[in-house]
Amino acid sequence: MAVTLLLISLLAFLAFQLIPGDPVTKLLGSDYTPERAEALREEMGLNRNVLVRYWDWLSGFVTGDMGDSYNYGMSVRQVMAGKGVVTAALSLMAWLLVIAISIPLGITLARWQGGRLDRVFVAMNQVFMAIPPFFLGILFTYVFGLVLKLFVPGGAVSPRDDFWGFLGYLAFPALAIAIPKAAMVTKLLRSSILNQMGQDYVRTAYSRGNSRWSVIRGHVLRNAILPVVTFVAMTLADIVAGSIVVEQVFALPGLGRLLLASIGNRDYPVVQCIVVIIAFIVVFMNYLADVVTQYIDPRIRLG
Amino acid sequence: MKLRHNKNFTAGAVITGLMLAVILVGMVWTPYDPNAMNGRAKMLAPCLTHPLGTDNFGRDILSRVVEGAGATFLIAAATVAIGLFAGLVIGGVTGWYGGWLDEIVMRFNDAVTAFPSILLALVLIALFGSGKYKIIIALGVLFVPSFARIVRAEVARQKSLDYVASARLMGAGDMRILFLHILPNIVPVLLPSVAIGFNNAVLAEASMSYLGVGVRPPDASLGRMLNEAQGYLLSAPWYALSTGAAIILLILGFGLLSEGLGGENGAA
Repeated sequence: MAVTLLLISLLAFLAFQLIPGDPVTKLLGSDYTPERAEALREEMGLNRNVLVRYWDWLSGFVTGDMGDSYNYGMSVRQVMAGKGVVTAALSLMAWLLVIAISIPLGITLARWQGGRLDRVFVAMNQVFMAIPPFFLGILFTYVFGLVLKLFVPGGAVSPRDDFWGFLGYLAFPALAIAIPKAAMVTKLLRSSILNQMGQDYVRTAYSRGNSRWSVIRGHVLRNAILPVVTFVAMTLADIVAGSIVVEQVFALPGLGRLLLASIGNRDYPVVQCIVVIIAFIVVFMNYLADVVTQYIDPRIRLG
Repeated sequence: MKLRHNKNFTAGAVITGLMLAVILVGMVWTPYDPNAMNGRAKMLAPCLTHPLGTDNFGRDILSRVVEGAGATFLIAAATVAIGLFAGLVIGGVTGWYGGWLDEIVMRFNDAVTAFPSILLALVLIALFGSGKYKIIIALGVLFVPSFARIVRAEVARQKSLDYVASARLMGAGDMRILFLHILPNIVPVLLPSVAIGFNNAVLAEASMSYLGVGVRPPDASLGRMLNEAQGYLLSAPWYALSTGAAIILLILGFGLLSEGLGGENGAA
């Protein structure tokens, strides 16, 4: 994991060194003189070796000093402060929704395989997986926001002013992100359980007088859940990335909007920082998935 | 593969076939000029002359959706073509030769796939700017690692099989074995991934154009239309609905095809 993290941060850092254009020219604007540019370059440490600068940036990043934004005249950390909370809350809520919807649903469908609910799901599942989250967001804005007036589109509230109102507003974007993912996880869990049902140990469990439900609950689930855990952990990364787009639909002041604005302004320290943070979340979630799978199935050893 | 009795495959083939037919027709003929504005026909609800209504400039939405779907389709196809071709070469060579090159390339692959693809695409756009061709290249490059990984794993598995040894005994060279003998055998594994890759490309292009960092104004795009349509949700909901439906149908068709071919959706 450590190697991957280092490699990712190095890639992100180097990518932003390749950009055509010089931050010094942009910062100085009309005050540009070659002497001033040189002085500023010296001050910002741009004259030093790339690897030295990478090391400085990385050690700063780890200790919480993420450099200064070109545009906002404050540190990257200050720029990101309130925004990270929004994205984190949105992603986490969407992720919990995925779990809360798909785990019970997947188990129920497998329990009554071929039943009415199961047939409806199999028929509709592909459609749910095909809906882009941001379009679902637009649909929600229309149906719940404009027609049913359950929330005011674009009227996000700050968590400091009204915590429950903030969560309530997030519920719709979170659901928009969660539904397509939940459809995938449900399908995976359902087919994972059904795959196990043909195994010898299931026949043995049946022959001891277990019902289908107690076979699933007591024997199958533990085996069937393993691939699902890995997948669910990986969806968090997609969800964080998806929230970048969905934040835009609901005009949420999160990292996604900041990222887009910073791309537009060529504010690279901010872009770089957001990118590395999201990548770290991905790697960490993968690691966490490994730990959880190992806990469920002690035969698996961490490599 | 018994494709004829496969419901998913049939449904996917029908949807994709219909979409393709509409797109192909749209390249030579649309009911109206997609960009022709008409001051007297603004925001018309769906009716006989404009089956999907008109937008805020009086442009025919059906014609625009058809043109946008065509553009999105071509971008996605070009993207997948780039990713697939480079993935075949890189995955083939690393899977065949192994060794330290394989080790380095796969490490690099791991690092790249750790980023969600939309995020990476945004970074590339931040570095090189937006526009149709830049989107194609950015997304194409992003899809290389996932294809390379699949090809590499398959090549590494196939190369110890008997038919490869036989081909070698007949004096076939490395590249000949790799691309004439092994490649046809990994196509069944590759096809579902191609369909999934296509869907990811449609989704990524639509999202980025929606965010305003993708395809730029003179070029049509479903994502950009959704962005416009969102402003008129209350007065012209059919605008957003028909545009969104086109995206869903594109993704649904290929999703069903991939399912029918035995792929796991969402695994790429």
